Amino acid sequence: MTEAIPLTPASFKSDVKPVWCPGCGDYGVVNALGKALTKLALQPENVAVVSGIGCSSRIPAYTSCYGFHGVHGRALVVGTGLKIARPDLTVIVTGGDGDGYSIGGNHFMHACRRNVDMTYIVMDNRVYGMTKGQPSPTTEPDWDSKLSPEGTGLREFHPMVIALASGANFIARGFTGDPNGLAELIAQAVRHPGFSFVEVLSPCITFRPEQLEWKKMVRPGALKPTADLTRASRNILRDDGFGLGVLFAGERPAFQPRGVQAARPVSDLERRFAL
Amino acid sequence: MTRKKPPRTVQEFMALACAMESEASDRYEELADQLTAHHNREVAELFAKLSRIEGKHRDQIMARMGWTTAPAAPDVAWETPEGPETTDYGDLHYLMQPYHALKLAEHNERRAVTFFETLAHARVPEEVRAMAAEMAGEEREHVRLIEEWLAKVPPPERGWDEDLDPPNAVD
Repeated sequence: MTEAIPLTPASFKSDVKPVWCPGCGDYGVVNALGKALTKLALQPENVAVVSGIGCSSRIPAYTSCYGFHGVHGRALVVGTGLKIARPDLTVIVTGGDGDGYSIGGNHFMHACRRNVDMTYIVMDNRVYGMTKGQPSPTTEPDWDSKLSPEGTGLREFHPMVIALASGANFIARGFTGDPNGLAELIAQAVRHPGFSFVEVLSPCITFRPEQLEWKKMVRPGALKPTADLTRASRNILRDDGFGLGVLFAGERPAFQPRGVQAARPVSDLERRFAL
Repeated sequence: MTRKKPPRTVQEFMALACAMESEASDRYEELADQLTAHHNREVAELFAKLSRIEGKHRDQIMARMGWTTAPAAPDVAWETPEGPETTDYGDLHYLMQPYHALKLAEHNERRAVTFFETLAHARVPEEVRAMAAEMAGEEREHVRLIEEWLAKVPPPERGWDEDLDPPNAVD
Protein backbone atom coordinates (compact mmCIF):
# COMPACT_ATOMS: atom_id res chain seq x y z
CA MET A 1 0.00 0.00 0.00
CA THR A 2 1.39 3.44 -0.86
CA GLU A 3 1.56 6.02 1.86
CA ALA A 4 -0.63 9.09 1.37
CA ILE A 5 1.40 12.24 0.74
CA PRO A 6 0.54 14.80 3.42
CA LEU A 7 -1.17 17.85 2.02
CA THR A 8 0.22 21.35 2.40
CA PRO A 9 -1.61 24.68 2.09
CA ALA A 10 -0.41 24.83 -1.52
CA SER A 11 -2.38 21.62 -2.20
CA PHE A 12 -5.59 23.62 -1.74
CA LYS A 13 -4.69 26.27 -4.31
CA SER A 14 -5.77 25.87 -7.91
CA ASP A 15 -3.73 26.85 -10.94
CA VAL A 16 -5.97 29.86 -11.46
CA LYS A 17 -4.24 32.99 -10.20
CA PRO A 18 -6.39 35.57 -8.39
CA VAL A 19 -7.12 38.79 -10.25
CA TRP A 20 -7.85 40.85 -7.15
CA CYS A 21 -6.08 44.20 -6.85
CA PRO A 22 -2.53 43.81 -5.48
CA GLY A 23 -2.83 44.66 -1.79
CA CYS A 24 -6.39 43.32 -1.46
CA GLY A 25 -7.18 41.63 1.86
CA ASP A 26 -8.90 38.71 0.18
CA TYR A 27 -5.51 37.13 -0.65
CA GLY A 28 -5.16 36.55 3.07
CA VAL A 29 -8.34 34.48 3.10
CA VAL A 30 -7.17 32.14 0.33
CA ASN A 31 -3.94 31.77 2.28
CA ALA A 32 -5.75 31.14 5.60
CA LEU A 33 -8.25 28.75 4.04
CA GLY A 34 -5.43 26.56 2.67
CA LYS A 35 -3.73 26.55 6.06
CA ALA A 36 -7.00 25.73 7.87
CA LEU A 37 -7.86 22.83 5.56
CA THR A 38 -4.32 21.49 5.98
CA LYS A 39 -4.68 21.70 9.78
CA LEU A 40 -7.98 19.82 9.51
CA ALA A 41 -6.29 17.12 7.38
CA LEU A 42 -9.10 17.32 4.83
CA GLN A 43 -8.76 16.27 1.22
CA PRO A 44 -9.72 18.84 -1.46
CA GLU A 45 -12.28 16.43 -2.95
CA ASN A 46 -14.13 16.31 0.37
CA VAL A 47 -14.55 20.07 0.60
CA ALA A 48 -16.95 22.28 -1.34
CA VAL A 49 -16.43 26.04 -1.47
CA VAL A 50 -19.58 27.92 -2.44
CA SER A 51 -19.85 31.64 -3.12
CA GLY A 52 -22.16 34.37 -4.33
CA ILE A 53 -21.14 37.35 -6.44
CA GLY A 54 -18.54 40.03 -5.82
CA CYS A 55 -14.76 40.34 -5.66
CA SER A 56 -14.41 37.95 -2.72
CA SER A 57 -16.83 35.47 -4.27
CA ARG A 58 -14.20 34.54 -6.82
CA ILE A 59 -12.61 32.37 -4.17
CA PRO A 60 -13.89 28.94 -5.30
CA ALA A 61 -11.89 29.23 -8.53
CA TYR A 62 -8.73 29.80 -6.56
CA THR A 63 -9.01 26.60 -4.54
CA SER A 64 -8.55 22.99 -5.64
CA CYS A 65 -11.72 21.97 -3.74
CA TYR A 66 -15.07 21.51 -5.41
CA GLY A 67 -16.52 24.93 -6.04
CA PHE A 68 -19.71 26.69 -6.96
CA HIS A 69 -19.66 30.37 -7.91
CA GLY A 70 -23.34 31.05 -7.55
CA VAL A 71 -25.98 33.72 -7.70
CA HIS A 72 -25.79 37.09 -5.95
CA GLY A 73 -26.80 36.72 -2.31
CA ARG A 74 -27.75 33.07 -2.64
CA ALA A 75 -24.52 31.36 -1.63
CA LEU A 76 -25.99 30.19 1.68
CA VAL A 77 -28.98 28.67 -0.10
CA VAL A 78 -26.73 26.61 -2.35
CA GLY A 79 -24.49 25.70 0.56
CA THR A 80 -27.45 24.60 2.67
CA GLY A 81 -28.84 22.42 -0.10
CA LEU A 82 -25.46 20.86 -0.71
CA LYS A 83 -24.87 20.05 2.95
CA ILE A 84 -28.34 18.56 3.34
CA ALA A 85 -27.86 16.37 0.27
CA ARG A 86 -24.22 15.52 0.97
CA PRO A 87 -23.64 15.65 4.74
CA ASP A 88 -20.31 13.89 4.21
CA LEU A 89 -18.85 17.01 2.55
CA THR A 90 -17.30 19.91 4.42
CA VAL A 91 -19.19 22.92 3.09
CA ILE A 92 -17.59 26.34 3.24
CA VAL A 93 -19.63 29.29 2.03
CA THR A 94 -17.80 32.49 1.17
CA GLY A 95 -18.66 35.99 0.05
CA GLY A 96 -18.58 39.67 0.80
CA ASP A 97 -20.58 42.09 2.91
CA GLY A 98 -22.80 43.26 0.06
CA ASP A 99 -23.55 39.74 -1.10
CA GLY A 100 -24.09 38.37 2.39
CA TYR A 101 -25.76 41.17 4.31
CA SER A 102 -27.74 43.04 1.67
CA ILE A 103 -28.79 40.90 -1.27
CA GLY A 104 -28.43 37.78 0.85
CA GLY A 105 -29.37 39.36 4.18
CA ASN A 106 -32.50 37.34 4.70
CA HIS A 107 -30.73 34.10 3.82
CA PHE A 108 -28.03 35.00 6.34
CA MET A 109 -30.52 35.24 9.21
CA HIS A 110 -32.26 32.02 8.29
CA ALA A 111 -29.04 30.12 7.74
CA CYS A 112 -28.10 31.10 11.30
CA ARG A 113 -31.54 29.96 12.49
CA ARG A 114 -31.39 26.64 10.62
CA ASN A 115 -27.97 25.81 12.02
CA VAL A 116 -26.98 23.43 9.24
CA ASP A 117 -23.40 22.23 9.76
CA MET A 118 -21.37 24.54 7.52
CA THR A 119 -19.00 27.48 7.75
CA TYR A 120 -19.74 30.93 6.39
CA ILE A 121 -16.76 33.22 5.79
CA VAL A 122 -17.64 36.83 5.00
CA MET A 123 -14.86 39.07 3.72
CA ASP A 124 -16.09 42.45 4.94
CA ASN A 125 -14.53 45.52 3.33
CA ARG A 126 -17.55 47.76 3.91
CA VAL A 127 -17.96 48.55 0.22
CA TYR A 128 -19.17 47.10 -3.08
CA GLY A 129 -15.76 46.92 -4.74
CA MET A 130 -16.60 45.03 -7.90
CA THR A 131 -19.21 47.58 -8.96
CA LYS A 132 -16.97 50.60 -8.27
CA GLY A 133 -17.41 51.53 -4.66
CA GLN A 134 -21.02 51.90 -3.60
CA PRO A 135 -21.71 51.82 0.15
CA SER A 136 -22.66 48.41 1.51
CA PRO A 137 -24.70 47.52 4.60
CA THR A 138 -21.60 47.70 6.80
CA THR A 139 -20.35 51.03 5.44
CA GLU A 140 -20.05 53.76 8.05
CA PRO A 141 -22.89 56.34 7.76
CA ASP A 142 -20.47 59.23 7.23
CA TRP A 143 -18.25 57.59 4.59
CA ASP A 144 -18.03 60.38 2.04
CA SER A 145 -17.35 59.26 -1.51
CA LYS A 146 -18.21 60.25 -5.05
CA LEU A 147 -21.07 57.76 -5.07
CA SER A 148 -22.31 58.66 -1.60
CA PRO A 149 -21.63 62.37 -1.08
CA GLU A 150 -21.60 63.19 2.66
CA GLY A 151 -22.29 59.56 3.41
CA THR A 152 -25.49 57.56 3.47
CA GLY A 153 -26.52 58.64 6.96
CA LEU A 154 -27.65 55.07 7.56
CA ARG A 155 -26.46 53.12 10.57
CA GLU A 156 -24.37 50.07 9.86
CA PHE A 157 -25.65 46.52 9.83
CA HIS A 158 -24.08 44.60 12.73
CA PRO A 159 -23.43 41.08 11.40
CA MET A 160 -22.25 39.55 14.67
CA VAL A 161 -25.28 40.81 16.60
CA ILE A 162 -27.59 39.53 13.87
CA ALA A 163 -25.80 36.16 13.78
CA LEU A 164 -26.04 35.79 17.54
CA ALA A 165 -29.69 36.81 17.68
CA SER A 166 -30.58 34.54 14.76
CA GLY A 167 -29.00 31.40 16.19
CA ALA A 168 -25.55 30.90 14.65
CA ASN A 169 -23.74 28.27 16.71
CA PHE A 170 -20.23 29.69 16.32
CA ILE A 171 -19.26 33.32 15.77
CA ALA A 172 -15.76 34.69 15.29
CA ARG A 173 -13.94 37.63 13.80
CA GLY A 174 -10.62 37.44 11.95
CA PHE A 175 -8.35 39.76 10.00
CA THR A 176 -6.71 39.14 6.64
CA GLY A 177 -3.47 40.72 7.83
CA ASP A 178 -3.11 37.78 10.22
CA PRO A 179 -3.59 34.74 7.96
CA ASN A 180 -2.15 32.39 10.61
CA GLY A 181 -4.63 33.58 13.24
CA LEU A 182 -7.43 33.51 10.68
CA ALA A 183 -6.53 29.93 9.68
CA GLU A 184 -6.93 28.88 13.30
CA LEU A 185 -10.36 30.57 13.51
CA ILE A 186 -11.52 28.92 10.27
CA ALA A 187 -10.33 25.51 11.49
CA GLN A 188 -12.25 25.98 14.75
CA ALA A 189 -15.32 27.10 12.83
CA VAL A 190 -15.25 24.02 10.59
CA ARG A 191 -14.78 21.70 13.57
CA HIS A 192 -17.65 23.27 15.51
CA PRO A 193 -20.99 21.61 14.79
CA GLY A 194 -23.78 23.66 13.25
CA PHE A 195 -23.66 27.00 11.46
CA SER A 196 -20.34 28.75 12.00
CA PHE A 197 -19.94 32.36 11.02
CA VAL A 198 -16.52 33.97 10.57
CA GLU A 199 -16.57 37.70 9.95
CA VAL A 200 -13.26 38.68 8.31
CA LEU A 201 -12.02 42.26 8.17
CA SER A 202 -10.61 42.40 4.63
CA PRO A 203 -9.33 45.82 3.50
CA CYS A 204 -10.25 47.12 0.05
CA ILE A 205 -7.09 48.88 -1.08
CA THR A 206 -8.78 50.46 -4.09
CA PHE A 207 -11.96 52.02 -2.75
CA ARG A 208 -11.18 52.12 0.97
CA PRO A 209 -7.39 52.63 1.23
CA GLU A 210 -7.88 54.04 4.71
CA GLN A 211 -8.68 50.47 5.79
CA LEU A 212 -4.95 49.70 5.59
CA GLU A 213 -4.93 51.27 9.05
CA TRP A 214 -6.92 48.31 10.35
CA LYS A 215 -3.71 46.41 10.98
CA LYS A 216 -2.96 48.96 13.72
CA MET A 217 -6.49 48.79 15.10
CA VAL A 218 -7.18 45.06 15.42
CA ARG A 219 -6.60 43.37 18.76
CA PRO A 220 -5.94 39.62 18.55
CA GLY A 221 -7.49 37.60 21.32
CA ALA A 222 -9.84 40.40 22.32
CA LEU A 223 -13.03 38.35 21.94
CA LYS A 224 -13.51 35.68 24.58
CA PRO A 225 -15.41 32.55 23.62
CA THR A 226 -18.49 31.67 25.60
CA ALA A 227 -21.50 29.41 25.14
CA ASP A 228 -23.59 31.84 27.16
CA LEU A 229 -25.82 34.00 24.97
CA THR A 230 -26.22 36.79 27.50
CA ARG A 231 -22.49 37.07 28.05
CA ALA A 232 -21.82 36.89 24.32
CA SER A 233 -24.30 39.67 23.57
CA ARG A 234 -22.79 41.84 26.30
CA ASN A 235 -19.30 41.23 24.88
CA ILE A 236 -20.28 42.02 21.32
CA LEU A 237 -22.10 45.20 22.27
CA ARG A 238 -18.99 46.40 24.10
CA ASP A 239 -16.74 45.49 21.17
CA ASP A 240 -15.65 48.24 18.77
CA GLY A 241 -15.51 46.01 15.70
CA PHE A 242 -11.77 45.37 15.85
CA GLY A 243 -11.58 42.65 18.49
CA LEU A 244 -10.45 39.35 16.97
CA GLY A 245 -11.20 35.83 18.15
CA VAL A 246 -14.11 33.55 18.90
CA LEU A 247 -17.07 35.37 20.40
CA PHE A 248 -19.56 32.54 20.75
CA ALA A 249 -19.32 28.75 20.63
CA GLY A 250 -22.82 27.44 21.25
CA GLU A 251 -24.06 23.97 22.05
CA ARG A 252 -27.05 23.64 19.74
CA PRO A 253 -27.00 20.42 17.73
CA ALA A 254 -26.65 20.91 14.00
CA PHE A 255 -29.81 20.62 11.94
CA GLN A 256 -30.05 17.73 9.50
CA PRO A 257 -33.56 16.99 8.20
CA ARG A 258 -34.84 13.53 8.96
CA GLY A 259 -35.27 11.19 6.04
CA VAL A 260 -32.66 12.89 3.90
CA GLN A 261 -29.96 10.45 2.95
CA ALA A 262 -26.76 11.05 1.15
CA ALA A 263 -26.66 10.21 -2.56
CA ARG A 264 -30.39 9.64 -2.83
CA PRO A 265 -31.21 8.96 -6.46
CA VAL A 266 -32.78 11.88 -8.30
CA SER A 267 -35.41 9.49 -9.66
CA ASP A 268 -36.77 9.11 -6.08
CA LEU A 269 -37.29 12.84 -5.87
CA GLU A 270 -38.84 12.96 -9.34
CA ARG A 271 -41.36 10.31 -8.28
CA ARG A 272 -42.35 12.29 -5.18
CA PHE A 273 -42.95 15.45 -7.22
CA ALA A 274 -44.73 13.68 -10.09
CA LEU A 275 -48.17 15.14 -10.87
CA MET B 1 -0.21 36.08 16.83
CA THR B 2 1.57 36.66 20.12
CA ARG B 3 4.70 34.95 21.25
CA LYS B 4 3.78 31.88 23.23
CA LYS B 5 7.23 30.78 24.33
CA PRO B 6 10.75 31.08 22.97
CA PRO B 7 12.41 28.04 21.37
CA ARG B 8 14.14 25.88 23.98
CA THR B 9 16.25 23.68 21.73
CA VAL B 10 18.32 24.12 18.59
CA GLN B 11 15.88 21.78 16.84
CA GLU B 12 12.95 24.04 17.76
CA PHE B 13 14.88 27.15 16.85
CA MET B 14 15.85 25.83 13.43
CA ALA B 15 12.28 24.66 12.76
CA LEU B 16 11.15 28.21 13.51
CA ALA B 17 13.82 29.69 11.23
CA CYS B 18 12.79 27.23 8.53
CA ALA B 19 9.10 28.19 8.88
CA MET B 20 10.07 31.85 8.68
CA GLU B 21 12.03 31.44 5.44
CA SER B 22 9.35 29.20 4.00
CA GLU B 23 6.54 31.68 4.75
CA ALA B 24 8.61 34.54 3.26
CA SER B 25 9.31 32.50 0.11
CA ASP B 26 5.65 31.56 -0.31
CA ARG B 27 4.56 35.16 0.14
CA TYR B 28 7.02 36.51 -2.43
CA GLU B 29 5.69 33.90 -4.84
CA GLU B 30 2.12 35.07 -4.18
CA LEU B 31 3.18 38.68 -4.74
CA ALA B 32 4.85 37.69 -8.01
CA ASP B 33 1.58 36.08 -9.10
CA GLN B 34 -0.40 39.19 -8.15
CA LEU B 35 1.78 41.47 -10.20
CA THR B 36 1.90 39.04 -13.11
CA ALA B 37 -1.90 39.19 -13.19
CA HIS B 38 -1.64 42.97 -13.33
CA HIS B 39 1.02 42.98 -16.08
CA ASN B 40 3.73 44.47 -13.90
CA ARG B 41 6.24 41.97 -15.22
CA GLU B 42 9.41 43.64 -13.98
CA VAL B 43 8.38 43.63 -10.31
CA ALA B 44 6.75 40.21 -10.66
CA GLU B 45 10.11 38.81 -11.81
CA LEU B 46 11.86 40.51 -8.93
CA PHE B 47 9.43 39.01 -6.39
CA ALA B 48 9.87 35.59 -8.01
CA LYS B 49 13.64 35.97 -7.61
CA LEU B 50 13.24 36.96 -3.95
CA SER B 51 11.02 33.90 -3.47
CA ARG B 52 13.77 31.67 -4.87
CA ILE B 53 16.35 33.30 -2.61
CA GLU B 54 14.21 32.74 0.53
CA GLY B 55 13.50 29.20 -0.64
CA LYS B 56 17.26 28.63 -0.89
CA HIS B 57 17.69 29.85 2.70
CA ARG B 58 15.01 27.39 3.82
CA ASP B 59 16.77 24.58 1.93
CA GLN B 60 20.10 25.49 3.53
CA ILE B 61 18.56 25.21 7.00
CA MET B 62 17.00 21.87 6.10
CA ALA B 63 20.28 20.54 4.70
CA ARG B 64 22.14 21.65 7.80
CA MET B 65 19.64 19.86 10.03
CA GLY B 66 19.44 16.79 7.79
CA TRP B 67 15.73 17.30 7.20
CA THR B 68 14.23 16.02 3.97
CA THR B 69 10.86 17.68 4.55
CA ALA B 70 10.22 20.90 6.39
CA PRO B 71 9.12 20.22 9.98
CA ALA B 72 5.93 21.67 11.36
CA ALA B 73 6.52 25.11 12.84
CA PRO B 74 6.91 24.70 16.62
CA ASP B 75 4.49 26.21 19.07
CA VAL B 76 6.55 29.35 19.28
CA ALA B 77 6.00 32.47 17.31
CA TRP B 78 7.00 36.00 16.62
CA GLU B 79 5.39 39.16 17.96
CA THR B 80 3.93 40.23 14.61
CA PRO B 81 0.98 38.35 13.01
CA GLU B 82 3.31 36.77 10.49
CA GLY B 83 7.03 36.04 10.34
CA PRO B 84 9.44 38.98 10.35
CA GLU B 85 10.49 38.28 6.76
CA THR B 86 6.95 38.06 5.40
CA THR B 87 5.67 40.99 3.35
CA ASP B 88 2.28 42.35 4.34
CA TYR B 89 -0.33 41.94 1.58
CA GLY B 90 -1.32 45.58 2.03
CA ASP B 91 2.14 46.86 1.08
CA LEU B 92 1.61 46.21 -2.61
CA HIS B 93 0.65 48.64 -5.34
CA TYR B 94 -0.12 47.61 -8.89
CA LEU B 95 2.17 50.33 -10.28
CA MET B 96 5.03 49.70 -7.88
CA GLN B 97 8.57 49.64 -9.22
CA PRO B 98 11.59 47.43 -8.47
CA TYR B 99 12.81 50.05 -6.00
CA HIS B 100 9.64 49.63 -3.91
CA ALA B 101 9.93 45.85 -3.94
CA LEU B 102 13.54 46.01 -2.80
CA LYS B 103 12.65 48.49 -0.05
CA LEU B 104 10.10 45.95 1.20
CA ALA B 105 12.72 43.21 1.08
CA GLU B 106 15.18 45.42 2.97
CA HIS B 107 12.53 46.13 5.62
CA ASN B 108 11.86 42.39 5.99
CA GLU B 109 15.55 41.52 6.33
CA ARG B 110 15.99 44.23 8.96
CA ARG B 111 13.06 42.80 10.93
CA ALA B 112 14.71 39.38 10.74
CA VAL B 113 17.94 40.84 12.13
CA THR B 114 16.01 42.34 15.07
CA PHE B 115 14.14 39.10 15.66
CA PHE B 116 17.29 36.98 15.84
CA GLU B 117 19.24 39.60 17.81
CA THR B 118 16.46 39.69 20.39
CA LEU B 119 16.53 35.92 20.64
CA ALA B 120 20.32 35.96 20.91
CA HIS B 121 19.91 37.95 24.12
CA ALA B 122 16.83 36.14 25.44
CA ARG B 123 16.64 33.77 28.37
CA VAL B 124 17.06 30.64 26.31
CA PRO B 125 19.73 27.90 26.41
CA GLU B 126 23.22 28.99 25.37
CA GLU B 127 23.22 26.89 22.19
CA VAL B 128 19.98 28.55 21.03
CA ARG B 129 21.43 32.00 21.76
CA ALA B 130 24.56 31.12 19.78
CA MET B 131 22.52 29.88 16.83
CA ALA B 132 20.33 33.01 16.95
CA ALA B 133 23.44 35.20 16.92
CA GLU B 134 24.72 33.30 13.89
CA MET B 135 21.38 33.76 12.10
CA ALA B 136 21.36 37.47 12.98
CA GLY B 137 24.75 37.71 11.30
CA GLU B 138 23.43 36.00 8.19
CA GLU B 139 20.45 38.34 8.07
CA ARG B 140 22.75 41.36 8.42
CA GLU B 141 24.59 40.06 5.37
CA HIS B 142 21.25 39.84 3.52
CA VAL B 143 20.52 43.47 4.44
CA ARG B 144 23.90 44.44 2.99
CA LEU B 145 23.21 42.56 -0.24
CA ILE B 146 19.78 44.16 -0.63
CA GLU B 147 21.31 47.58 0.00
CA GLU B 148 23.85 46.92 -2.76
CA TRP B 149 21.05 45.84 -5.05
CA LEU B 150 19.02 48.93 -4.17
CA ALA B 151 21.94 51.19 -5.02
CA LYS B 152 21.77 49.92 -8.61
CA VAL B 153 18.04 50.57 -8.97
CA PRO B 154 16.76 54.06 -9.75
CA PRO B 155 14.35 55.46 -7.16
CA PRO B 156 10.87 56.14 -8.51
CA GLU B 157 10.10 59.45 -10.05
CA ARG B 158 7.48 61.73 -8.58
CA GLY B 159 3.99 60.68 -9.66
CA TRP B 160 4.97 57.03 -10.20
CA ASP B 161 1.55 55.97 -8.93
CA GLU B 162 -0.46 58.29 -11.16
CA ASP B 163 -2.81 56.40 -13.46
CA LEU B 164 -4.91 58.15 -16.11
CA ASP B 165 -7.46 55.37 -15.87
CA PRO B 166 -7.33 54.27 -12.23
CA PRO B 167 -9.36 51.26 -11.07
CA ASN B 168 -11.35 53.42 -8.66
CA ALA B 169 -12.54 55.86 -11.33
CA VAL B 170 -16.31 56.13 -11.23
CA ASP B 171 -16.93 58.55 -14.11
